[in-house]
Amino acid sequence: MTSIDTPDRRLDGNALAGPLLELFTIDLSAAMATCVHCDGTAPLGEQQLYADAPALVLRCRDCTGVLLRYSADSHSTGIATVRADLSGLRLLVAHVPAAGASR
Amino acid sequence: MSWARAVVRATCPESAGAVRLVLEVDGWSGHVAGQHVDLRLTAEDGYTAWRSYSIASAPQQPLVSLVVQGVDGGEVSPYLISDVQEGDVLELRGPIGGHFVWRAALGGPVQLIAGGSGVVPFLSMLEHHRLAGSDAEVRLLYALRNPQDVLGTGVLGQVGPRVQVTYAYSRSAPPGWQGPTGRLDAGVLAEHVCGPAAAPQTFVCGPTGFVEAVAGALVQLGHVPTSIKTERYGDAA
Amino acid sequence: MSTTTRGFSGRRRQRTDGRLPPGQYDVGDAFPVLSAGPTPRVDLGTWDLTVQGQVDHVARWTWEDFTALPHEDITVDLHCVTAWSKFDTRWRGVSLDTLLEGISPGGSFVSAFCDGGYTTNLPLADLTGGRAWAVDGYGGAPLEPVHGGPVRLLVPHLYLWKSAKWLRGIAVTEHDEPGFWERFGYHGYGDPWREQRYAGG
Ligand SMILES: Cc1cc2nc3c(=O)[nH]c(=O)nc-3n(C[C@H](O)[C@H](O)[C@H](O)COP(=O)(O)OP(=O)(O)OC[C@H]3O[C@@H](n4cnc5c(N)ncnc54)[C@H](O)[C@@H]3O)c2cc1C
Ligand SMILES: [Zn+2]
Repeated sequence: MTSIDTPDRRLDGNALAGPLLELFTIDLSAAMATCVHCDGTAPLGEQQLYADAPALVLRCRDCTGVLLRYSADSHSTGIATVRADLSGLRLLVAHVPAAGASR
Repeated sequence: MSWARAVVRATCPESAGAVRLVLEVDGWSGHVAGQHVDLRLTAEDGYTAWRSYSIASAPQQPLVSLVVQGVDGGEVSPYLISDVQEGDVLELRGPIGGHFVWRAALGGPVQLIAGGSGVVPFLSMLEHHRLAGSDAEVRLLYALRNPQDVLGTGVLGQVGPRVQVTYAYSRSAPPGWQGPTGRLDAGVLAEHVCGPAAAPQTFVCGPTGFVEAVAGALVQLGHVPTSIKTERYGDAA
Repeated sequence: MSTTTRGFSGRRRQRTDGRLPPGQYDVGDAFPVLSAGPTPRVDLGTWDLTVQGQVDHVARWTWEDFTALPHEDITVDLHCVTAWSKFDTRWRGVSLDTLLEGISPGGSFVSAFCDGGYTTNLPLADLTGGRAWAVDGYGGAPLEPVHGGPVRLLVPHLYLWKSAKWLRGIAVTEHDEPGFWERFGYHGYGDPWREQRYAGG
């Protein structure tokens, strides 16, 4: 069995797509994310996610710079506080159903 | 997206250390093979824990199956394996993921590479392939420790002629085993996966260390990085 | 609101001797590794630790200098903002009183900075008086990289994010300058006994 001391238990952005649905209406794992630090671009699902931290930290797979930070804390009142720092994302390009288009 | 109620319709052992949970999910919209769900558990005092699990069943199947491999000392997987019973209600968010997915319409060739429980999304893809009558060429290279750890024997035992399954054992192999053993290094990969010339769509899933080592070796073998899709489970998987 | 899951209690242990701050649980023997980024690979040949910023002179120690400084053994409880606490952890390191000796600071705050780019801010006063250390040993062995080795800051009276891993130095600042988590909304001070997890709440 692997232990908790395994270094760098990183996941990929796929695992961030669920939590992001608390804030966004579409699944962002296939959206192309461009890094503010190095301009590297890759699907959000292919970026690197550090989940064992006070918040989820998504890092650029090219330069390891922070792309975004995200947390959601639910309170006993039934309300959750969502915090999102998107400052490391220079651009996000997603393909969504066009307004009015039938599916 | 909010959390949906999922009623456990069946739980059955999938291997000595893994269980299959068959769920009926309120308002389920259907999924694409390769997607996952987030499961949320809530204790009496309001404490919650959530974990991601890939969907093992095919989109064509009415109920949603998950396959959970137990992690020693884990908070959630031992509970799902030992305590969950038919009729229990769990909370689930999903389906999630638009990147690590395959549909029959995407065609082939497709190369799947799994480490341990990382085979779960591929069970969905292979079952989808069979039920869709797809003629895409699919290869699965499935790395596991011991023969008795294999998940998805039902699906893997009835794949069609267009699908080829290769096992690689890292700890113990069946008597007389001629196939690959040990780690999936560049040598093993060169021999057992579709080469870059065939321009396969490659999917790699499993523990983080496994996924990163395999993806690195594939690039070294000349595969285009953008043709490789990965799903890291963390190192506890 | 979430529905209770039959028979699920999670991995939380309580303790009743008054050593558990509000909202925390006892993690027992485990030592969870929290990381917001890759573990830096550190070359001890070029490593140094500095005290800089608003100071009259920059103090600098190479790895050799640092290991030659007087070390002490410390046994303390840790409280992580993600709600686990770990009791009676044994460390070895250099008191910040030693590192800050003879520095005349031109400000009353510091920013601890690290390999990998992490930063955290603290009042300078919280680093003095035998309450903070730069540690290079844990549990009788050299501090492992996953836990912040070669050297991490240890400020056990504040939430653990203040005990920066992979420490490379302390910059004295005139104003309190929010660090990595503080800029995300975490509390500027982070006292576990007053449950100061987030700023303004
Ligand atoms: C997208 C995605 C899909 C996945 N799909 C599947 C799947 O189909 N099937 C599957 O089986 N898994 C899957 N996983 C992995 C799954 O999400 C869980 O990580 C896994 O089930 C382990 O969870 P756990 O709660 O049992 O272990 P955890 O409690 O998370 O612990 C993991 C390890 O860390 C140690 N540990 C962590 N925190 C502490 C602590 N505070 N105290 C003591 N020890 C600690 C544990 O001892 C254990 O060794 C997937 C992961 C991802 C990201
Ligand atoms: Zn970058």
